[in-house]
Amino acid sequence: MGKYIGKEFSRVDGVAKVTGAAPYAAEFHVPGTAHGYLVMSRIAKGTITKIDTAAAEKSPGVVRVFTHKNTPKFAHPEKYKSFKALQSPEIVFNAQPIAVVVAETFEEARAAANLVEATYRREDPSTDFFGRVEEAEQAPDSPFSGKSVQTTGDAEQAMSSAEITFEAEYTIPAEHHNPMEPHAAVAYWKNGKLKIFDKSQDVYTVRSNLAAALGVPEDDVHVVSPYVGGAFGCSIRTNYYPFLTAMMARELKRPVKLVYTRRQMFTGHGYRPFTHQKIQLGAKKTGELISIIHEAANNTSTVEKWNDSTTRFTRHIYACPNMKTIQRLVKTDLPTPCAMRAPGAVSGMFALESALDELSYKLDMDPLELRLKNYAEVDPANGKPYSTKALRECYRRGAEKFGWDKRQPIPRSMREGNELIGYGMSTGIWYAFQQPATVKVVLKADGTAQLTSATSDIGPGTYTVMTIIAAEYLGIAPEKISFGLGDTQMPKAPVQGGSWTTASVGSAVHGAAMKLKSRLLSLAQKDKDSPLQGLGPDEVVLLDGRLQNRKQTSNGVSIVGILKAEGMDSMTEVHKETPSKIREDYQLLAHGAQFVEVRVDEQLGMVRVSRAVEATACGKIMNPKTSHSQEMGGVVWGIGMALTEHTEVDDRFGRIMNPSLADYHVPCCADVRKVDTDFIEEDDRVVNPLGVKGMGELGMVGIPAAISNAVYHATGKRIRHLPMTPDKVLKA
Amino acid sequence: MSVKKHYSFLVNGENHTVESYPANRLLDVLREDLRLTGCKEGCGEGECGSCSVFLDDVMVNSCLVPIAQVQGRQVRTVEALSSDPLGKILQEKFLEHNGAQCGICTPGMLVAAITLLRRNSQPTLGEIQDGLAGNLCRCTGYKKIFDAVADAAQVAREQGVLEGGKA
Repeated sequence: MGKYIGKEFSRVDGVAKVTGAAPYAAEFHVPGTAHGYLVMSRIAKGTITKIDTAAAEKSPGVVRVFTHKNTPKFAHPEKYKSFKALQSPEIVFNAQPIAVVVAETFEEARAAANLVEATYRREDPSTDFFGRVEEAEQAPDSPFSGKSVQTTGDAEQAMSSAEITFEAEYTIPAEHHNPMEPHAAVAYWKNGKLKIFDKSQDVYTVRSNLAAALGVPEDDVHVVSPYVGGAFGCSIRTNYYPFLTAMMARELKRPVKLVYTRRQMFTGHGYRPFTHQKIQLGAKKTGELISIIHEAANNTSTVEKWNDSTTRFTRHIYACPNMKTIQRLVKTDLPTPCAMRAPGAVSGMFALESALDELSYKLDMDPLELRLKNYAEVDPANGKPYSTKALRECYRRGAEKFGWDKRQPIPRSMREGNELIGYGMSTGIWYAFQQPATVKVVLKADGTAQLTSATSDIGPGTYTVMTIIAAEYLGIAPEKISFGLGDTQMPKAPVQGGSWTTASVGSAVHGAAMKLKSRLLSLAQKDKDSPLQGLGPDEVVLLDGRLQNRKQTSNGVSIVGILKAEGMDSMTEVHKETPSKIREDYQLLAHGAQFVEVRVDEQLGMVRVSRAVEATACGKIMNPKTSHSQEMGGVVWGIGMALTEHTEVDDRFGRIMNPSLADYHVPCCADVRKVDTDFIEEDDRVVNPLGVKGMGELGMVGIPAAISNAVYHATGKRIRHLPMTPDKVLKA
Repeated sequence: MSVKKHYSFLVNGENHTVESYPANRLLDVLREDLRLTGCKEGCGEGECGSCSVFLDDVMVNSCLVPIAQVQGRQVRTVEALSSDPLGKILQEKFLEHNGAQCGICTPGMLVAAITLLRRNSQPTLGEIQDGLAGNLCRCTGYKKIFDAVADAAQVAREQGVLEGGKA
């Protein structure tokens, strides 16, 4: 633990949030702003034959009605072929925007939007993914998970010779992120340059996509996004609304605001795709796996090919000599899916970890023992050592805290009144990604420091952790540090996704501090009498506002003193940190173990997660207060995925039938009982200078499988189709 | 559309008059006309509680209140909670327990928590869950919010901001 790193720290943006002062995208006031309101298609596939906007145009306060007829064409570069609105009369998904009414006020725009009438030439949509899995085509390779077919050894041959085999199919429906903040943008143009306030996890990509689509240089687009009200992946890609908002502001020569309604969010961005998986396991009678075949298919749109990387971790978790994974796609008349918290990982591990549980019963072996029997000491796919892997300790600590030893092996053997009680466990896994990131640090002669980097803080606590890291390595109190983010006028940072922000931007903060330390030391050593004479950068440390001899801390000089002696008001460092070469020699992963108790009402089929214990190993913990919240939130996301979340499509109309928080059930207060999160800290010198790994996604991975396994243990019923709603529990 | 009219009401103790359509949502009047953006729109359908404010001291979803109903009445929003002793304690405890993450549900959670604690100064965990049942959060997993409310209740009782027993 450092002076600040590893200690409980309240969020630095907390006061702004509990007083309502933090400004989100829709809340930037630009005088003269006109308000847009979207009109959505009522069919999923076909062509608009006529669109009548006359009544809407006459409605009070209406400025203009945009349709495909009067909307300029966006450039549509190959590198970003996402759906762009109002570009043609063609309809490619239900609730596709077909018009935007712009009016003086939101209420006027909304009222007029009801008056837009469209007629269509309708074609039959095809959205029944599960009915068409047989037609699946091979997925394109993924930049993150590699080739869509991957093999180790000869999985088919080994399967045919296995003493014990198991095979099953698992399905997951589409799910929507439903962050609490609806997407919004406010845009205006001045002297040919665009400024746009947007809800985004990635301001630089919004900038390049808008610049390309609107035919202006990137330098003429300024994207601002200081606060994001949750996103979970649905603001990684540039959604269609910022393109529209910027276009409308340019056409109308005035600021325009466009905000999705909750219903519009269901087709306004991507979603976790419908997923079908088949798992085959081959094992010895003693439990050692000899073959794993994992086939997955997810739906995509007709516009783009989205590979959800469902099988991404299957070959990296168990010591199995023969493995094969295949990823396929089925085109549907639905919007393009996108990354949703722990994309691919939580889906793939639901199937793999459920199957392993099923195998454990076939072998009459404790599910935890089966995992330990197949524990991988080196990566089974490429033979690389893990940089660190404290999964064994996660299993041990989690099992102990949970009381796994009290599990009765036979299903349906634990009961309290009407409630059947079941225990289930699973394994979680995610990467220790790092991306290039740049940070600017201005060290001032008044003893403060200002840091900026165009990352995002969608809720995990990025403002806070960057402040902590800066305080630690600049030797300045956190109160004297400001960290700015979410602005393309700041140095470039990667998208906030993949659980890589602290590893990437945090390492850049560390690197910048190291450079500043060296520069301060050189300046200090200009003084012949300096107590730091003869010392190298590694022999000094920045602490308590001073540059000190690491071994003899009384020998030092104040940072402010060094700057003042040079007549400097400030010292600036812009530092780009890139992942080190040494990472390539290792497999870099974060792991976790989940133990869950469910109580199932036998008459009602209602499943409750009465206890969950999650132990995770994701390197060093920078701030336990916010870190526990990340894992807690992840567990509850897992509960939602397992039990309630389901985007329902009526395949006759290709229309999402539950696009609201009334009908799409995110977990609520009553769903959360006892949740215990624990960290097994790892001292990882390989992953990055800070020793941190991804945690935001990790917390969710494994939970749906653990719950499903617990439901089987409680009821003797194996439910392979999420969510495990009461009807399925009763019918099974 | 109907005709715009003038509506006068108090917000956080200050008089305001707006010209508005009668069915315009209180939420939009607060956020757009008065630029009090502390109350958030999460769903616009009364499901998520993010837009909760006090109307004559009663918690309402401001997305479901037409401005015509607010004529002559008093509205209190998250922007004024710091001047309320109980509100201030809750804000501090949300901060301390990390009950706020992305921050969108937070203003509504605070309003719901005040409503609960005024009715019941010593709530059990189940009563806190019931008291916040109208508010959704997608980040925290709720537990830190429950902890914040329970801790705030205790501090408020100790400081005499709330009376000891259940109402």
